[in-house]
Amino acid sequence: MKIGKQTIKLENTPKILNTSSMVGPKEMQGPLSSYFELHTDDIFFGEKSFEKAESKIMKTCVDNLIAKNGLSKEDIDYIFAGDLLNQCISSAYCIRDLNIPFFGLYGACSTFCEGLMLASLFVNAGYAQKVIATTSSHFCSAERQFRMPLEHGNQLSPTAQCTVTASGSALIVPKDVNSDSPYITYVTPGKIVDMGIKDMTNMGAAMAPSAYSTIKAHLQDTGRSIDYYDAIVTGDLGIIGSDILKDLFKEDGLDISEIHNDCGVLIYDKDSQDTHCGGSGCGCMASVFSGYFYEQLKTKKLNKILIVATGALMSPVSSQQGESIPGIAHAVAIENEV
Amino acid sequence: MDKDINMTDKEYSDYVDKKATNSPMLKHIIMAFLVGGFICVIGQLITNTFMHFGVPKDSATTITTIILIFIGAFLTSINVYSKIGKFAGAGSTIPITGFSNSVVAPAIEFKTEGYVLGLGANMFKIAGPVLVYGITSSVIIGFIYWLIKLFL
Repeated sequence: MKIGKQTIKLENTPKILNTSSMVGPKEMQGPLSSYFELHTDDIFFGEKSFEKAESKIMKTCVDNLIAKNGLSKEDIDYIFAGDLLNQCISSAYCIRDLNIPFFGLYGACSTFCEGLMLASLFVNAGYAQKVIATTSSHFCSAERQFRMPLEHGNQLSPTAQCTVTASGSALIVPKDVNSDSPYITYVTPGKIVDMGIKDMTNMGAAMAPSAYSTIKAHLQDTGRSIDYYDAIVTGDLGIIGSDILKDLFKEDGLDISEIHNDCGVLIYDKDSQDTHCGGSGCGCMASVFSGYFYEQLKTKKLNKILIVATGALMSPVSSQQGESIPGIAHAVAIENEV
Repeated sequence: MDKDINMTDKEYSDYVDKKATNSPMLKHIIMAFLVGGFICVIGQLITNTFMHFGVPKDSATTITTIILIFIGAFLTSINVYSKIGKFAGAGSTIPITGFSNSVVAPAIEFKTEGYVLGLGANMFKIAGPVLVYGITSSVIIGFIYWLIKLFL
């Protein structure tokens, strides 16, 4: 049921039955390494190209999710998947072998929440019993699509972020499934907010206003105050973007610095890993939520969280044509009790 | 457009500029000077060595260029040049070794799309514009030089 301007209340509160995450070598050197379920030390993951490697990472992640719940792929009703590559090829080639009805999504780095949101709406409405939401990104495939060849000797701007090599997936089921899993209670799809930022090496600044807009709309629509949540987790605003988000809320007299976390900031150690402003990419929130935050919910260290994946909806073509970067953010409220 | 944020685009962009950390300019300039200079010294050493063994100056500089291009390509292929570029910046981009790096890097990267439409078509992705405008401007300068010589 739609409440307020943008939010949808899920009366049937679907559950996130389980999650699965897989990361690459650099993410395994980061501070969250012990939370990721699967990893590979080989950036090619045994494949001939980075695109194939990304697809395989996503496939391994989804296979693991299905297997560890004692299911087979025939049990899955639908899958919502997306990635950063042109025409979403990582998802398409991953799902080609799965034989599951598939919705391909593109919301840049916001895709994980977009998928989670649509999957939970499907289950909430009773259209499906088991739906998977998954996304992936790969540092090397993203670099070659959006930036310079890997071996080119150049310097990055201090505001730049590093695309994570990772995939994360979540299995959504109706609430009557017997399991001690967190519920999805509200979803707030975001509007595009564009404040005229054109610098492709400063995406945090381009996306922060959209995160602010979506979180604010969510709070207004649900009538909740900011301290209702144990944590508000943004996708990949990075260090500067997170700072801007805090400043924007400060203008409203709200202090979110205590409860705000950003997956892009958490996944790497900035000083030892030379990642400038932090991680980014579809796989960033997917893996950090599936690995770290889901675990925190299961162990009741956190009980009520709002995850807000942020995306920058530009392409190299639009940037070369002088367009600014449209930002988007989708919020999903996840709670242990309803 | 109904905006939730109480700032104009201009105000926001100024605010972001203040927020964003700038590149460490002085450090970059010094590193570029040192590394760029070092590459030039190596080039000079090679030239002088050849000249010492009786190779004429013209041929010696050509040989030097070829050797430096090879070194740049070789270091690119063993994943060293990108690391040098990270701290040297323009110091390793501007010399001819950097030009070699800018041709070899996309060649390695686009090999997965095949030798013709991948490697062949993308090899000059970065160096292409340099060639186009480099050659065009040298033709124009050459023409001006010719005109001036005609009247002087």
